[in-house]
Amino acid sequence: MSARIVHIASNTFREAVRDRVLYNLIAFALLLSGAAIFIGQISIEIERLVVVNLGLTAVSLFGVVIAIFIGIGLVSKEIEKRTLYTVLSRPVRRWEFIVGKFFGLAGTLVVNTFFMAIGVFAALLYVAHKFSSPDAFILVALYFIILEFLILCSLALLFSSFSSPLLSAVFTFSLFIIGSFADDLRGFAGMTHGIARWFATAAAYLVPNFSALNVISAVAHQQSVAGQLVLQNTLYALCYSAMALSGAVLIFERRNLK
Amino acid sequence: MNGLNPTRRRTTVVAATCLAVSMAASVLLLHRVDEIRPRANIEDALYISSPKLVKRASLGFEGLMACIYWTRTVQYFGDRHARGSRSYNELAPLLEIATALDPHMIPAYQFGASFLAPAPPSGAGEPRRAVDLMTYGIQHNPDNWHLYYDLGFVYYTELKDYKAAARVFEQGSEVPNANPFLKLLAARMAEHAADYETARMLWTATYESSKESNIRQNAIEHLRSIRVDEDVTRLQEAVSRFEQLNGRLPATIWELAAAEHLRGIPVDPDGNPYVLSLDGQVQVANPEDFPFVTKGLPPDYKPSGLPKFHGNS
Repeated sequence: MSARIVHIASNTFREAVRDRVLYNLIAFALLLSGAAIFIGQISIEIERLVVVNLGLTAVSLFGVVIAIFIGIGLVSKEIEKRTLYTVLSRPVRRWEFIVGKFFGLAGTLVVNTFFMAIGVFAALLYVAHKFSSPDAFILVALYFIILEFLILCSLALLFSSFSSPLLSAVFTFSLFIIGSFADDLRGFAGMTHGIARWFATAAAYLVPNFSALNVISAVAHQQSVAGQLVLQNTLYALCYSAMALSGAVLIFERRNLK
Repeated sequence: MNGLNPTRRRTTVVAATCLAVSMAASVLLLHRVDEIRPRANIEDALYISSPKLVKRASLGFEGLMACIYWTRTVQYFGDRHARGSRSYNELAPLLEIATALDPHMIPAYQFGASFLAPAPPSGAGEPRRAVDLMTYGIQHNPDNWHLYYDLGFVYYTELKDYKAAARVFEQGSEVPNANPFLKLLAARMAEHAADYETARMLWTATYESSKESNIRQNAIEHLRSIRVDEDVTRLQEAVSRFEQLNGRLPATIWELAAAEHLRGIPVDPDGNPYVLSLDGQVQVANPEDFPFVTKGLPPDYKPSGLPKFHGNS
């Protein structure tokens, strides 16, 4: 990775920290500690399930919100503040700017997820009093959530490269919703015929498949996650992110910034 | 605040006071509003009764939704049970949604069946739906022997279908790592299903296999009631023997005890002597203390409300 990309990425990370993005960790800590303490009093025998399900769902949703709302402003904010012209007047290529922004946001989310993961494991230790070996699969679920963030970051950047922040947020969030129903979409495709089947199948493969990256329920029940799934999901997320990022670069390279 | 000029300091004080006052006022007003309008109950909240729709709406976070629905189920049942309600209309739908969202949530089946099956006010009085719930649970968790045990238990205690209970216990005994008493229970169902000893075995197994205090207390109450039923049956036989020998009923429980050469007056698990009515019926002194007894109740007795639990007595 070129030094210029690293600089842009680290600046993006610093900017996110300055924007107090990591403050969401406080809300997360309150949510999880509250659940860990109170759920045992209002429910029966699901303390561990709640901590894992709530913890991982919160990691995912907090991250999705951050990925979307920071991702959509990464390009447009630079244009609005006119800082983009300063950056591009230096020996920085447009694609390096986009890739740097992507890594900066991804890094922010990884750091955020790391601290949240500590919170999840601390709450788990509080309710279960000890760790067991299947708890290690929670790490796989967290890894899949990070893969989900990579896809969302790249999509947010893609829309941000040609659209307004509001529309970018709408597009990215819509794709997040549709991607969560990707398996159903494939099911619908299987039920249709002719050209509709082609369209439905194409749509099912074009939208990101977030349901394949969701193993929260399985790890909450201490079920294992197949190594092949980890490998294939990793490759899928990298390919999809590369695809969206390439699209963002293509559009941004041709965009008239005057 | 020391660095602020007097005007800004005054503004800060006024704003802080306003904040505190308005916060307190809004809490008080909300309290008043709650008193005026009817309280929202779970029926209002269960506006989506389709498990499939709830699953779709959860956006892939079914696990968390299942936990929420299970907690709502517990709250719903607990609230109704505490009020001595005999209507649990939303219990089965809530359980169906929770288990459809997470078919591996074992507590929802185990506790759900014990909420659904018993007759009101102890439960919803819907043993058939409890059977459906447990059958669904076994379909999705075929290697969990506890579910077979609980299903057999519903067949035995609520439906008195001993054949079905024997079949389910037998199936459960074939599950890897199943508790050996399932095999024993299956065998007893075939010949001694109605015996007190079989009932005692089942409730003892329930007590020993559960960590949940409510379930253990419930098992204790049933074990206490089984002992009373046994005592009353035995004493009633003694009354019949006395009548055959003497041509009259025993005048008092003391006379009966003496005729049977008992060491003392027969007492219930709480130490209270059994009562002999004028027409020769053996009765328990305080029926309220034995909510699950089937014998020894005064003819006109009606339980006043919820079963009274005695803890580890």
